[in-house]
Amino acid sequence: MADKYLELVNSGFTKKLAKSLGAPRPAILRRYAPGAPLLPGPLLLLGNSSAAQDLADTLLGWGLDVRRHASGESRLGGIILLLDELADPAELSEPMLAAGAALRRLAPGGRVVCLSRPALETDAPAVAAVRQGIDGTVRSMGREMRGGATANGIVLAEGIPATAPSALAALHFLLSGRSAYVDGQFIAVDSADGTLPEDFDRPLAGKVAVVTGAARGIGAAIAQTLHRDGATVVVVDVPAAGDALARVANRVSGTALQLDVTRPDAGEKIIEHAVSRHGALDIVIHNAGITRDKLLANMDAARWDSVIAVNISSQLAMNEAFLAAQLPGLRIVSLASTSGIAGNRGQTNYAASKGGVIGMVRASAAAFAANGGGINAVAPGFIETDMTAKIPLATRAVARMLMPSLMQGGLPLDVAEAIGLLASDAAAGINGRTLRVCGQSLVGA
Amino acid sequence: MSDQTQAIRPAVIIGGNRIPFARSNGAYSKASNQDMLTAALDGLIARFGLQGQRLGAVAAGAVLKHSKDFNLVRECVLGTSLSAQTPAYDVQMACATGMEAIGSLANKIKLGQIDSGIGGGVDTTSDAPIAVSEGLRAVLMDLSRARTTGAKLKAVSRFRPRDLAPNAPGTGEPRTGLSMGDHQAITTKAWNISRAAQDELALASHKNLAAAYERNFFDDLITPFAGVSKDTNMRADSTLEKLASLKPAFGKNLGAEATMTAGNSTPLTDGASAVLLGSEDYAREHDLPMLANFVDFEAAAVDFVHGAEGLLMAPTYAVARILERNNLSLQDFDFYEIHEAFAGTVLATLAAWEDAEFCKNKLGLQAPLGAIDRSRLNVNGSSLAAGHPFAATGGRIVASLAKMLHEKGSGRGLVSVCAAGGQGVVAILEAR
Repeated sequence: MADKYLELVNSGFTKKLAKSLGAPRPAILRRYAPGAPLLPGPLLLLGNSSAAQDLADTLLGWGLDVRRHASGESRLGGIILLLDELADPAELSEPMLAAGAALRRLAPGGRVVCLSRPALETDAPAVAAVRQGIDGTVRSMGREMRGGATANGIVLAEGIPATAPSALAALHFLLSGRSAYVDGQFIAVDSADGTLPEDFDRPLAGKVAVVTGAARGIGAAIAQTLHRDGATVVVVDVPAAGDALARVANRVSGTALQLDVTRPDAGEKIIEHAVSRHGALDIVIHNAGITRDKLLANMDAARWDSVIAVNISSQLAMNEAFLAAQLPGLRIVSLASTSGIAGNRGQTNYAASKGGVIGMVRASAAAFAANGGGINAVAPGFIETDMTAKIPLATRAVARMLMPSLMQGGLPLDVAEAIGLLASDAAAGINGRTLRVCGQSLVGA
Repeated sequence: MSDQTQAIRPAVIIGGNRIPFARSNGAYSKASNQDMLTAALDGLIARFGLQGQRLGAVAAGAVLKHSKDFNLVRECVLGTSLSAQTPAYDVQMACATGMEAIGSLANKIKLGQIDSGIGGGVDTTSDAPIAVSEGLRAVLMDLSRARTTGAKLKAVSRFRPRDLAPNAPGTGEPRTGLSMGDHQAITTKAWNISRAAQDELALASHKNLAAAYERNFFDDLITPFAGVSKDTNMRADSTLEKLASLKPAFGKNLGAEATMTAGNSTPLTDGASAVLLGSEDYAREHDLPMLANFVDFEAAAVDFVHGAEGLLMAPTYAVARILERNNLSLQDFDFYEIHEAFAGTVLATLAAWEDAEFCKNKLGLQAPLGAIDRSRLNVNGSSLAAGHPFAATGGRIVASLAKMLHEKGSGRGLVSVCAAGGQGVVAILEAR
């Protein structure tokens, strides 16, 4: 339904009609395709921090047309705001107003990315104020964007330069079409670890990745995306979904492993398959998940327990096996949900499991980093899948249309792209974090 | 091994895949042989990452086949993600089709002619070919040959309304007119196989198959198809009492002595199976597991037409010969996979091997082959529980047995499959 609406309000007579009626007009998002330009126009780099010159050089190296001044009338593909050295809220005025003046020139699908520092208890109050203020202002910018443009931020831990590998990987992701449904979000970079890919079109070349719950929906899209980005993919799902799983495996030239991830030996089985058949295990995507929605007042043990078992307990058990195997550089990305952040009616069980994922990755970060790897989560908002198709129509329509800044549901691909970033070696400086892919919404499964 | 065979390299069973077997006219009633075999191949390709590979050959077949499916297996291969340069051919040896397909592929691998191959089979009795009657066919052929209006009218004038009755394929033996079950009923009686013994074997088959599912044995042997994820004939909750209550289905002319029921005979079944074989080098180069060696196989046939032997007793002869060739005794095996066409077939086969007179007079042996340890027989269930889509049974057995041997880590397995026309194929597998 949303797809049809999206199509109608963006083409021909119905576009004019929607415009004159003032109906909501979600934009067709700019999504990534291999070889596509990073931005739909020149990049405006604002802010005078000491990182500016190095960053400008890197951006030029990415083939971008980098402007340092907001003059001129031409379209802009993106705006980067370097706010990492601000020390007082009063200093926000100049760069923000300069960005504001340039916003009208931002092309459809354009990008605004702010680079800043985290507000800490140990900061001077004015420093903490401006840093926390940036958080609020970026999220508000996200709400004001039009034409599928987005505003996001990168928060660099103290001492981490804007040209640290993970900062650049995050920046590349946020500028590109890969971040189409990421809006109003911050990616935190905590270390200068990581290696940028030789080829940004194949950041996972040579990697062996396992995707659970890969027979359909988001899992199938993850498998396809990791394969596109160069990884050898092992797809896992319950034996009963084996036929759909086989189709995914054959589409991505990977191997299918029929396995219930709640089995006590699931972690060992995954390691055994990946290592014996593909020589390594570099990436695990904990995507397998179920919903058994019911108001808490009507909840039964079967619904509650099965959701917890599949969505979080299985991941905890598998992670123990992965840690015990000491797989060097293993990167894990786990599927959380905005339900686990903002809550969702009828999903007390699901939200417990997905909030659990967010806690789990935060608390597991150090252990995985000890082996040179890392663990993060992606929290999808409203994504159009078979699973969300089960949500009652009215709730679905509201969730899809009204809440997100982008006025539409996301695609499984959008979630997969964020996972691709966090699964890459370049993201080694990002650990224990949860990235929302929600079009700046709070509703979703 | 003689000098001649020293140059021969092992043929290795890498793994298998089948779709769950479904009782005829049930879950797969709208699926064709091509649909099912393609699905079995797709699952195998996905399990072992064979996409885009050019395999040495794909050999499979169907017992009941539409004439349009003359190149069934090649058509299936073209519908998969295997390289289109993979040759394929159809094999047909009744219920031994799968065994013959797999065995002859193994031979090609042993000889170095091919490095890899998939063998298997498929059958449906739900989508069976229905042919026009011989009378109508004769009229139509004459009509197509007629050049003049007169000749055409003459051809058409020979048409009779009764010619409209279609011919459905049967499982009866063309030379005796007896169904396979009625043939087996003769043998079952001749070997004095009791109703109770047959029912016990049937019950064990269901229990063993259900237990194998329970311990996830089939997780890497089966890929669901058309919404089915377990064999639909399986009755995990069957009991001897239930089986004992069934009325005889075959050998009804025996009256009170009839012992063969729908419970201790295999039902008509739809399904498909495929087994991946390769040389050791092929398996190593592709990081694939080596479950078992396909050591040897042997076919035999008996004269059932003139009553010299039971229709389904050929494997007893084949086993005697393959044991001698491989210098083994019947007791040198850790697993016995004797295809349960009927419970009576398995029990008559075992009885024959224990019978001194049969072994001496029919098999030409000095001593009987002897008894086997029954706890090693069909330990994960067989056709009575899983069902028997004729050509697919060989692939089911070989893949399961290879996995069982690999799990055990040592030992040998013996396969015995009887077939229509008084034939049978047996094989020896060795653990790796």
